[in-house]
Amino acid sequence: MDSFQQVIFKLKNYWSERGCIIQEPYDVEVGAGTMAPETFLRVLGPDPYHVAYVQPSRRPADGRYGDNPNRLYKHQQLQVILKPSPDDIVDQYLASLEAIGIDLHKHDIKLEEDNWESPTLGAWGIGWQVMLDGLEITQFTYFQQCGGIDLDLVPAELTYGLERLVAFLQGVESVYDIEWAPGVKYGAVRHADELQNSVYNFELADVSTLWQLFALYEGECRRLMAMYPGYREKRRFPVLAAYDLVLKCSHLFNLLDSRGAISVTERVGVIGRVRKLAVGVAQAWVEQQSIGIPQTAEVSG
Amino acid sequence: MRLPFLLEIGTEEIPDWMIEPALKELAGSFSALLSANGLSGAAVAVEATPRRLTLRADRIPDRQPDSVEAISGPPKSAGDTAAAGFARKAGVSVQDLEVVTTPKGEYFQYKKRIEGRRTIDIFAGALPGLILGIPWPKTMYWTGKAGPRFIRPIRWLVSLLGKDVVPFEIAGVSSGNITSGHRRLGKKTIRITCRSYPEMLRKNYVLISAAERREKIETGIAGLLEGTGLRVKKDAALLHTLAFMTEYPAPILGRFDESYLRLPEEVLVTVMRHHQRYFSVEDASGALAPHFIAVMNTSADADGLVQAGNERVLKARFNDAAFFWTVDQQKKLCDRIGDLANVTFQTKLGSYKDKTERVVQLVRDLGGPETAIRAAELSKCDLTTGMVKEFTELQGVVGGLYARVQGEGEEVALAIYEHYKPVSMEDAIPGSPDGRLVSLADKLETLRGCFGIGLIPTGSGDPFALRRAAQGVIRILVEGRCEFSLRKLAAGDETLLEFLLDRARYYFRDVKGFKYDEVNAVLAAGYDDLVDAASRLEAIQRVRPTENFEPLAASFKRIQNILRQAGSSVGYEFRPELLEAGPERDLYEEFERVRSRVQEHRENRAYLPALETIASLRPKVDLFFDKVLVNAPDPEIRRNRLALLHNLLTEFSAIADFSEIVTS
Repeated sequence: MDSFQQVIFKLKNYWSERGCIIQEPYDVEVGAGTMAPETFLRVLGPDPYHVAYVQPSRRPADGRYGDNPNRLYKHQQLQVILKPSPDDIVDQYLASLEAIGIDLHKHDIKLEEDNWESPTLGAWGIGWQVMLDGLEITQFTYFQQCGGIDLDLVPAELTYGLERLVAFLQGVESVYDIEWAPGVKYGAVRHADELQNSVYNFELADVSTLWQLFALYEGECRRLMAMYPGYREKRRFPVLAAYDLVLKCSHLFNLLDSRGAISVTERVGVIGRVRKLAVGVAQAWVEQQSIGIPQTAEVSG
Repeated sequence: MRLPFLLEIGTEEIPDWMIEPALKELAGSFSALLSANGLSGAAVAVEATPRRLTLRADRIPDRQPDSVEAISGPPKSAGDTAAAGFARKAGVSVQDLEVVTTPKGEYFQYKKRIEGRRTIDIFAGALPGLILGIPWPKTMYWTGKAGPRFIRPIRWLVSLLGKDVVPFEIAGVSSGNITSGHRRLGKKTIRITCRSYPEMLRKNYVLISAAERREKIETGIAGLLEGTGLRVKKDAALLHTLAFMTEYPAPILGRFDESYLRLPEEVLVTVMRHHQRYFSVEDASGALAPHFIAVMNTSADADGLVQAGNERVLKARFNDAAFFWTVDQQKKLCDRIGDLANVTFQTKLGSYKDKTERVVQLVRDLGGPETAIRAAELSKCDLTTGMVKEFTELQGVVGGLYARVQGEGEEVALAIYEHYKPVSMEDAIPGSPDGRLVSLADKLETLRGCFGIGLIPTGSGDPFALRRAAQGVIRILVEGRCEFSLRKLAAGDETLLEFLLDRARYYFRDVKGFKYDEVNAVLAAGYDDLVDAASRLEAIQRVRPTENFEPLAASFKRIQNILRQAGSSVGYEFRPELLEAGPERDLYEEFERVRSRVQEHRENRAYLPALETIASLRPKVDLFFDKVLVNAPDPEIRRNRLALLHNLLTEFSAIADFSEIVTS
């Protein structure tokens, strides 16, 4: 039986053998691997890119103080982007399951319609949730649009829910019982993180401070992006730094949401504000790429 | 020569609910292609799995019939030189020309033989467009921004006419004679012929016929439950879904811990059906059993791993539900009314708290009892519970269940439980009077509110499902026999009134199957009380085939025309003493006799005998029109006759406006 980390090693290895760069997790809070610039920005534009990385993904509202066996404030996604998508992508994906020890002849796999959409990122795609014996283990998406821009090449995005997948492989009913490394349980590694962040998110986070932070990051992002059109040497312009500010806003939005501080009415408006930033950054990035910043095509194979 | 044809579009997994409509379109456009090219006579059949759309046809002619086109030349009078020029231009000799006589004179003509095209060439040119022309609810591109769009990527194409491949290409995929089997159990590449296709697929774990897959599921379930004393809860829609989610289905029986049976059956069934696509199982007494049936897309579960996996998933789902059930009880529904202020109903229409207050007022206005008022107060509170946030399709149901355990009383609980009904045309209206009232008020409030701020459904756009709400209102009024004034319900909003009336017409015509002229006739005589309108409609429908009815309806139309041509006849005083003996007086006397009987019937709402009685007037009316000249020279007599007809028409148009009846 593979440990949590061994499964990750195997999946990384599998995708590395198929031409992916193995990236490390992004270092700004994100709600999903899709939001890391390795996906959000790299899927834009005409250049091929193949990458895989584990992304710790924070969803404050899903926190359960470490009490619920299946719900987590922060879960780990293994994110794979194949741009453009190879013709045999589904077969490659299924073989990755074999690679981590799932004998597909003994299990039931179904691809059920599930189109992904992120209003905050102005992004959507067509795809499925992959069901293994009735358990959703992966989100499979053909990206169509990102930052409001139609994509030149259609990337396939595979998002493995690592906790679910490994709990299944190890036959445990609670994610906290997953063996992370030999002799070390997931709970020993992560429980305090779940408990304490739940307390912060649900009880102690100061709503007015969060709103102020949101406004500050939003303001800084706007200030920056307002400079872009007149900025002379475009390739030096910090679009990537602006994108980090978008991510900060998105995370603060999620925090405010988990505090119940955003009414349903406000929600649409705040999402719209973040999307506006994301769309602006995406457009600037595409333009910046088209005027020639060294690309990574030669590394991606 | 006639040939078999096979087309298979190999794709990645297509959403189950889109497959059958797509097949219909495919068959339709293929048949159109055949007839447009003179290739008729073929029987076309379509089948599909999630990964392939297949069209098969037999007896396709291998080429179009040759045809002849007549090409007109110069008039014969133009002479031999002109004829020679024409022949030269057409590439024939002068001997091949004919002379035809037309209304304009004699002309040279050449009959050009056009050789029919080969079918294979026609297909090769037309099929890519035909395939990509299948309409889908949502399409994608996969080869890049400029690439073709389809529901999911096309990965292979089979196109065989007889033994030959019909050559074409879509998105870099060339057609051929190679198909692909089941993802895990079958071979990846399988060479086939038109004839071997179904059997080769079967050998590779693909059952191309959806009917066969359905049957395999049903037989499998019967086998699993044989001798257990258990039976599956029939669910045709789920069976259909599963048949289109699998290429080689096989059911398995799983179980869950009996302790979960303490949760309401509605919750358990929803988790199983909507979230896991499992069939529920019941025991001989009809009580939910701690079992479920999952349908795999594979041949067998020899080691029991699939069963164990599904059981574990279900357990986690049930645990979630149990968690919500317990946590939700910590705050009663009645303590959640204030929380509704934080749930937006619609930006301009305020929160669900605002909506609730309006619904409560409406229930009061409609004369609802205290139980209905209480149910209305609590009706939306379950929107703030964890259970409904997780299982949104259980809104209302959860509120009802919670109200029951929180001691709200059975009428209140039931009314909350039912107040979203009917959710579709197939769904029943609420069974309890309070449930009907709350449902009616809820829907009406939504309609009034949305119409009030201009959110009126357009041809394609109806984001607030107002048509469904209005349909619900109509059905509750008619089927629940709620005698409310439609005009009052519309509260002076003429657009809303017309919208409701339009739904009423739709309901009576397309759902209940009344003829459109009957519906028009009845609603023209009064639409305010739809219960009454429904009774009148039934009476009309039954009296219509009787011998006197249609002729009488025709006479009524004639009366109406006469009155219209005569201008306003209202106000002419009717003076019986002016009537002449014979048909005129006979009609009057018969009218007087019939009138009192009809009135009595109408007061009792006995519309069928009322209509039969009216219809019995026919011989006298016929005789009147036969023998009496309405347009009498003496103006006094003429006015008196018009007054008689006017009274007759008015008196008998209260049940239906007979002039709307289309007579043959």
